[in-house]
Amino acid sequence: MVAVSVDQRVDSDHQLARLLQIGVVLEEVVEARAYRHYQSLAEEDRDLEADVEALLEDAAEESARHREQLEELVDELDAESIPFEDVEALVEARYGRTKPEDFDGVLYDQLCNEETAYKFYDDLIDAIEASDAAFSVDRERVIAVLTEIRDDEAEGVEEVTRIMEARE
Amino acid sequence: MNTANQYLKAIYLVQRTDDGPAATGRVADSLDVSPASANEMIGKLEERGLAEHEKYKGVSLTDEGIARAESALQTYCIIERFLANVLSVEEFREEARQLESVIDETVADRLDTIIDRAEECPDCFDAEADACCYLAGTCEQGSD
Repeated sequence: MVAVSVDQRVDSDHQLARLLQIGVVLEEVVEARAYRHYQSLAEEDRDLEADVEALLEDAAEESARHREQLEELVDELDAESIPFEDVEALVEARYGRTKPEDFDGVLYDQLCNEETAYKFYDDLIDAIEASDAAFSVDRERVIAVLTEIRDDEAEGVEEVTRIMEARE
Repeated sequence: MNTANQYLKAIYLVQRTDDGPAATGRVADSLDVSPASANEMIGKLEERGLAEHEKYKGVSLTDEGIARAESALQTYCIIERFLANVLSVEEFREEARQLESVIDETVADRLDTIIDRAEECPDCFDAEADACCYLAGTCEQGSD
């Protein structure tokens, strides 16, 4: 068995770039799911559920924006690029396998999306703050961007929770 | 994955490889920490009902500890497979070890939606190869 590190820190440009790339894929997964959910709403439901429609549309737009912000940071780190078209195709192909069954399932899935993204950025910010490594991008800027994205995710959790409570 | 979960995973794998209680020294070696640190964490796991330590023999996980360890190992498998198959990372073992402390189980579950993982995960994890045997190509004949 191989030794592992038990430090919860980000210690290099390469590791930071990799984590940001994982964020990009995570956003793509969330974006695709929100878009697909939006598409799957029947026409008649769309009229009835304007708030849900707006929520999913906003979620897809927000994820696309987050993805761009993360990609900008990755580019500045001069890390190898990921085959993004492949990721997009993969997410698209796999979506059906884990598609929620009904309308409440769509909302619950969206809640999981937002909570997961929040947890990812929160852990990442902690790990960067715990490290004293020098990155080739400004550490404060990375933390500022990630904090802004994390706060968006927190708002997303609140928004979905509000709609779920209103439906009860 | 938090530190406790990394210890549970390490104890689980040592127990499986050695087919018995895991010696503290072996656990410490596999995590690259001092025996004193390993001892301290094993004591904490015992207090939380996740492990039992028997003098001169070593540490064994309780049923709850095993369940937590299997979940942690699954998370590790997801990270390895995600790096290897989605991001085409050649050094996926090394990178997974670096990333596992930062990637939470809930995040791994989302990444899991776009990878292929065998039903028997994490039983197919090969501790010597430090990867799922399907990924490492070390599965015994007849098991795939």
